[in-house]
Amino acid sequence: MTVTDPAARRLTPAPPSGTLIGMPAFPANARAQLDNPQLRSNLRKATGTIRAKRTAHVAEVAEWEDLRLAAEAIKNRTLRHLDTYLMQLEESLQRAGATVHWARDAEEANRIVVGLVRAKGADEVVKVKSMATQEIELNEALEEAGIAAWETDLAELIVQLGHDRPSHILVPAIHRNRSEVKEIFEREMHQYGTPAPDTLTDEPADLAGAARRHLREKFLRAKVAVSGANFAIAETGTLVVVESEGNGRMCLTLPETLISVVGIEKTLPTFADLEVFLRLLPRSSTGERMNPYTSMWTGVTPGDGPQDVHVVLVDNGRTKVLADPEGRPALRCIRCSACLNICPVYERVGGHAYGSVYPGPIGAVLTPQLRGIGSDIDKSLPYASTLCGACFEVCPVRIPIPDMLVHLRHKVADKKRRGRPRLEPTVMAAGSWAFSDHTHLEKVEGLARIAATVMGRTTHLGPLPWPAAPWTNARDLPMPPRESFRAWWKKNRSEEEQ
Amino acid sequence: MVVPPDGLRVALFATCVNDVMFPDTPRAVVSVLERLGCTVEFPMEQTCCGQMFTNTGYFDAAVGSVRAYVKAFAEYDYIVAPSGSCTGAVRHQHPMLARHAGDTALIAAADEIVTKSYDFSEFLVDVLGVTDVGSYFPHRVTYHPTCHSVRVAKVGDRPYRLLSQVKGIDLIPLEDSAQCCGFGGTFSVKNPDVSVAMGADKARHVADTGAEYLITGDNACLMHIGGLLHRQKSGVKPIHLAEVLAHTEGGAR
Repeated sequence: MTVTDPAARRLTPAPPSGTLIGMPAFPANARAQLDNPQLRSNLRKATGTIRAKRTAHVAEVAEWEDLRLAAEAIKNRTLRHLDTYLMQLEESLQRAGATVHWARDAEEANRIVVGLVRAKGADEVVKVKSMATQEIELNEALEEAGIAAWETDLAELIVQLGHDRPSHILVPAIHRNRSEVKEIFEREMHQYGTPAPDTLTDEPADLAGAARRHLREKFLRAKVAVSGANFAIAETGTLVVVESEGNGRMCLTLPETLISVVGIEKTLPTFADLEVFLRLLPRSSTGERMNPYTSMWTGVTPGDGPQDVHVVLVDNGRTKVLADPEGRPALRCIRCSACLNICPVYERVGGHAYGSVYPGPIGAVLTPQLRGIGSDIDKSLPYASTLCGACFEVCPVRIPIPDMLVHLRHKVADKKRRGRPRLEPTVMAAGSWAFSDHTHLEKVEGLARIAATVMGRTTHLGPLPWPAAPWTNARDLPMPPRESFRAWWKKNRSEEEQ
Repeated sequence: MVVPPDGLRVALFATCVNDVMFPDTPRAVVSVLERLGCTVEFPMEQTCCGQMFTNTGYFDAAVGSVRAYVKAFAEYDYIVAPSGSCTGAVRHQHPMLARHAGDTALIAAADEIVTKSYDFSEFLVDVLGVTDVGSYFPHRVTYHPTCHSVRVAKVGDRPYRLLSQVKGIDLIPLEDSAQCCGFGGTFSVKNPDVSVAMGADKARHVADTGAEYLITGDNACLMHIGGLLHRQKSGVKPIHLAEVLAHTEGGAR
C-alpha cells in the first residue's frame, strides 16, 4: 500500500502546523526562544545594525519632531472621519477604473480574492509583501482553492521556502542568518521552480542572485498579482507601495490583473499628505533616507500595466479598535517596525513568541484589540513589555504604546477579576488594602521587621521555592533591614518636629 | 558648593520600596537637603505611588494610593522623591486614575499635585539651582539611567551633572546605557526569563566597566540588577544616587 504524504500534494511549501491564536501565553513562548543562542545572536546583530542606521538618518532631519506631530494629526483626522474618507476613496477608485470590494473579515476578504483569481482561470498569483494578506492568511486560503501564491519579497520567499512564519514586520526572516538561507534555497527551490545554482555560496549577492533567477520565471508567467498598500489616497484613488527590492514593481506592472488587499486604516485624505509619510517611513523602517522603489498607481491606465484592477478594503476588527478611544491610536500605525527594532524584549525573543503576524510592541497593542482577549496568548500580550517607553520615542506617528499597554492590562485584569478566584487579583486586593492607608502599611512593615529579625545576619536570600522562585531563580533578594525608614523617622525625628 | 537661601520646606516622599527595603536612601535625601538649608518633613500618611497596581491593570486598587498621596502631600509646595519611576507615576498616572475613579475633588487635587512633585535630581538642579552639593566619593562608578526617570519623569542629564561635581569620583560610561534593565515592575515575575535575559546583559555591561559601584536613581531597578550582580559574586555594589551625593569629605554623611 502506498502512503500518500498530504504535504506532497501541496502547491506551495507548507507553513508550520498549528494556529497562531492557539499558541501558549507569551512567557512560555519567550522561554523557548531564549534557549536558542543562534536566534539571540541573529537578532542582536540585526536589530543593532538597523537601530544605528535609523538613529543616524533621523538625526539629519531638523524638523523630525514636527513631522511626527503632523503625521499624528493627519492620521487622527482621517480616523475621526474614516467613513467619509472611505466613501471618497471608493468613488475615486471607481472613477479611475478600479473595482472596489468591501470585506468585513478575513474570511470574506479571502473569498473575494479567491473568486477573482478563479474568474481569471489562473492557478497561481505572484505576491508583493503585504501585512494585510498575512493577517487574513490569504496564502493558505488560495492553496486550499488550488491556487499557488508565490511570495516575491526576498525575506518572505525565505520564510515561505523555509516552511516558516515571519518574525518581523519589515524583515520577516530576521531570525535567519545567511548560512541558514543558503541551506533553505538549496533544499527547497528546485521543488517549486528554478533551482538554486550548484555553485551557491552564503554571500548575500549570491543568495540574491539565486532568488532573482527563481522568481523571474514566476514574474513573467503570472497573470494575476496580489499586493497590499502602504497608503490609499481618498482624494485621487491612488495606491502606494513602498519597497526596497523592485519585486513589488514587477508584480504591479507585469500581470494583467492586480488585486490589492488594503486595511481600511491605510487611507490618507490627500496626495499632499504623502510629503509627510514618505519622509517618515523609510528613515523609521529601514533607516534609509529614501527607499529604492515607490510605486503609485491610480486605477487603470489604458495600454500600461494591469488592465483589470481590484481593491479589497478590509475591516477585520479595525472598526472595533476605532470604537475605543484609548485603543484607537494603534490604527495610526504605518508598519515601519521601528518599535520592534528598539524593543529590548523583542530583541531577545524575536517575533514568533508574540503569536501574531504583528509582533513586538505594536503587535502587543494591536493583536489583542483585533482578535480580542479570549485566548491565552492574547491575554498575555499586553504584559509582554517592561513599559520602558523606548517604542514611543521612535514611533513616527507617536502611538503611546506604553499607555495603551496599561489600558489593555486593565481590560485583562477586569476579566480576571470577574472570573474564578485567582492568585493575582487576591494579591492585588491585599496590596491595595496595605497602601490605601499608612496605618495598614505600618502593620505590613511590622511583618517585614519580624522576618528581618528572625533571619539574623542574612543580608541576601538565594534561590527560594514558589512563590518567590520567579524572582530568586536568577536574582538574589536583599533582606529588608530591621528598621523601616518610617520607624527610624518616628524614633529620631518626630519629637523634634512637635 | 553654594548654599542656597534657607527656608525651603520640603516634603519627602520616601516611596514604599525605599521605606521598607532601602531606608538608607531616604535618609540620604534628608541629609543632602538639610545640608543645602532645606527643612525636611515626612508626612506619615504617605504610602506608595500605586504603580504596581496600575501597571498590572488593577486601576481600582491603585486609587487608594492616589488618595493617600493627595492626603499626605496636598499642603506642600515641594514634594521630593528619590525615584524617577514613582515621580513619573504620580505625574503621568495619578490624573488618569483620579478620572477612572470619577471623583471630581480627587481629579482637581491630583492635577494640582503633579506640578509640585519632583524627582530628587530635578529638585536639586531646577529648584535649588545646584549641581555641586559638596559631595566626596572617591570611587570608580558607572550610572544606569533608568527608563522611567528618563522617559516618564524626564530628568534628562541632571543626574550626570550632579555626579560630575562629586569630588574624587571616576564615572565610567556604561555601554548600551539607554536600554532597559528588564525589571519592569511585575514584569520581573510575570516574565522572569526575559527579565533575567535583559538584566544579564545589563549586568555584563556594568561588570565590563570595572566599576566598584553601580548608581541609579531608582532602587527597584537597582534591586534587580544588583540581585543578578550579587548572585554572580561580581563584587559590584549597587547604590542610589542620593547616597553617593550624601557622602562628604571627612564623614560618610
